[in-house]
Amino acid sequence: MSESITRRKLITTGLAAAAGLAGLKAAAHIADHYGFLAPDHSGVLGAGEALTYGTQRILMARHSTAREFNRSEISKIIPVNGEPPNTDSYQRLLAGGFADWRLTVDGLVGCPSTFSLAELKRLPSRSQITHQACEEGWSFIAEWSGVPLSYILNLVGVRPEAKWAVFFALDDAWDSIDMPEAFHPQTLLVLGMNGQELPTRHGAPLRVRVPRQLGQKSKKYLSRIMVTDTVKNIGKGWGAVDPEYGFSWYMGI
Amino acid sequence: MAETEHAPGLATPTRGVRSDCRHPPVIRITHWITAVAFLCLVISGVAILLAHPRLYWGETGVRSGPSLIDLPLPFVLESPIRGPGRYLHFLSAWISLFAGLIYLINGLFTYHFRKHLLPARSDLNWKQIRQVILRHLRFERPPKEEALAYNLLQRLAYLLVIFVLFPLMFWTGLAMSPAVVSVNPTIVTIFGGQQSARTIHFFIASFLVLFLVIHILMVCLAGFTVRNRAMITGRIASGKETI
Repeated sequence: MSESITRRKLITTGLAAAAGLAGLKAAAHIADHYGFLAPDHSGVLGAGEALTYGTQRILMARHSTAREFNRSEISKIIPVNGEPPNTDSYQRLLAGGFADWRLTVDGLVGCPSTFSLAELKRLPSRSQITHQACEEGWSFIAEWSGVPLSYILNLVGVRPEAKWAVFFALDDAWDSIDMPEAFHPQTLLVLGMNGQELPTRHGAPLRVRVPRQLGQKSKKYLSRIMVTDTVKNIGKGWGAVDPEYGFSWYMGI
Repeated sequence: MAETEHAPGLATPTRGVRSDCRHPPVIRITHWITAVAFLCLVISGVAILLAHPRLYWGETGVRSGPSLIDLPLPFVLESPIRGPGRYLHFLSAWISLFAGLIYLINGLFTYHFRKHLLPARSDLNWKQIRQVILRHLRFERPPKEEALAYNLLQRLAYLLVIFVLFPLMFWTGLAMSPAVVSVNPTIVTIFGGQQSARTIHFFIASFLVLFLVIHILMVCLAGFTVRNRAMITGRIASGKETI
């Protein structure tokens, strides 16, 4: 009696597992088609990442705005992680007031372009006071001002097959966000912080602010934005340099 | 899966014959899935916490500013534990969420909560409560009939864990997500800010760990092998074993 139950259980469990695996594969295929799969979704631990990213993307599809705060709530102490790029070329750019620095925007765009700092400063700007949490656990509120990334993307014209905006930095860091994030009105190419020029350690001359994700996503010292339909051929293909150090690509968590 | 689907039809005759079935399969399976997921959550939670073992109240908090509590733990920033820790944390959170939902839905449909967890009104008087507490404090072995039903303290503790502490863990966890709160800021403002949510998340986690320690202690006291067999195979001890 008990043995037949065990066998039945084994068979049903086996069938359920096989069906589950096939279902998962189909689900992954559908999710990928609709842009619900993170670039680093593979592997056992990646299943959690895929679920989190997919669910949050669906949740945020209709309305989603990071909270904005009053001037009085701006943090008195604003720590900063990391040092500016320790390269001769960065030091030269810094000494020259970034006059020789250019932002390149290319990839799947109608009109690949470069922008100087002065040109970016002439574009329509927006200010927002948002909360930024470091993935370590600490957080602060600051005012950021600059050009909405969507403005630049509309200027160069993004092709319909585009899926990711990839950021390359002067310190060899790179990261990417999906198109809904790139076109979100609060995703900002930051030129100023708390009413002043963007401080060097906060990413001068240009950083991106992605207020709906942890601070790690707001990459500093940008030099190039590439629009693409795949990140598989960049680095290890995990969508950012951070996953190569064990961090997840998606930082909306 | 097929087992549980058959259960309603088979329930009456089987239950009559096999009166030794302590825990139904769904509860056993979700119990152990949650147990493993919870352990992973604690381990990965500590790995994440060690990057910044300082707690704050309100929206913001930084190392060089004032804190609510400085936990007596080192700042571990160099070893690469919190990145993988976070992957594990979210995977385990999802698994415990699925297990919890299956448990909840099953519990509602089988009247598990009403039949086995909700204390009888007659038990809810101070004399009864005092008796149960005193018995626990004296580390007395539970009476035999408790192998078949939960006592009052157990019921209250389980209800608290299932309906208050675990939901609050999920809620405070979501309140720390900038993406989730961008959909509805009330999720975080109700706690007074992102750092408050983080602090509450820590304290409820500590409560749950305390619950786990007492839970295991009580299982040992009531008979480790017998109680574990009941939770693994569903059967309670046969005649010759002492409960």
